[in-house]
Amino acid sequence: MRLDRELTCIEVVELVTAYLEDALGGAERERVEEHLVFCDGCSTYLEQIRQTIAIAGRLEPEDIPAALQEKLLAAFRDWTPA
Amino acid sequence: MEAPPPVEERRLVDGLRAGDESAFTRLVHEYGPSMLRVARMFVSSRAVAEEVVQEAWVGVLNGIGRFEGRSSLKTWIFRILTNTAKTRAVREGRSIPFSALGGEDEEGGAVDADRFLGDDTRFPGHWAAPPQRWEAQPERSLLSSEALQLIEREIAKLPPNQAIVVTMRDVEGFDAEEVRNALDISETNQRVLLHRARTKLRRALEEYLK
Repeated sequence: MRLDRELTCIEVVELVTAYLEDALGGAERERVEEHLVFCDGCSTYLEQIRQTIAIAGRLEPEDIPAALQEKLLAAFRDWTPA
Repeated sequence: MEAPPPVEERRLVDGLRAGDESAFTRLVHEYGPSMLRVARMFVSSRAVAEEVVQEAWVGVLNGIGRFEGRSSLKTWIFRILTNTAKTRAVREGRSIPFSALGGEDEEGGAVDADRFLGDDTRFPGHWAAPPQRWEAQPERSLLSSEALQLIEREIAKLPPNQAIVVTMRDVEGFDAEEVRNALDISETNQRVLLHRARTKLRRALEEYLK
């Protein structure tokens, strides 16, 4: 019975995003959490996914170049509200 | 990037409809940089991305009279942006599949199969070569600008549908629903694309910190 069996690591790494998105059903979520309690490898893996997300979030916003900004303003001034 | 609260949003919509330039510049300031970054993932060059952003704003202005507030203004603006960018990508001969999750077969698992124990072992499917904690090294760290550049490069290397989703979610901080609505994709598609993207970015960082 699949439900009675513990998850393997190779399964857990594929469930990590669904886990973080809170998209797992209650039973499956519990199985992931139980696995993480005893599995250092998967805990580390989850931690690294979180670190990866954090780094992506640190990318600096790119400025709108001045020339584009001017074009946008010009487009706005040309536009007549309906 | 946080969407302005509803009252503020209402004011901006009204301002825009009334032709108030400060409402327009406020919105350009708020969303323009994200729009440019997202557009860049659809099209072949920075210059084309700028044209897409410009075209999208014209679309926003022409459509604002019909904006009904059923989604947030932010979601609505990004819907216009992504539709403009998709059209432009098609004209450039780039097709970006969102509905069909192509490439399932070539993708492989999140982690190379040979890092797990095989069926002939006592614990099949468990780590043989578990990931090692990422410790800062003197010359390589997650906090370095080098790591940021690496992430930016790796995102650019992803298939466009994955690059777009991870850029919106993790770089620009959209929530899942905003991305689904802007791109008109299912919850599952959004998640699968995000999963594949994050998986590859993690792998690249692991490689870098090894």
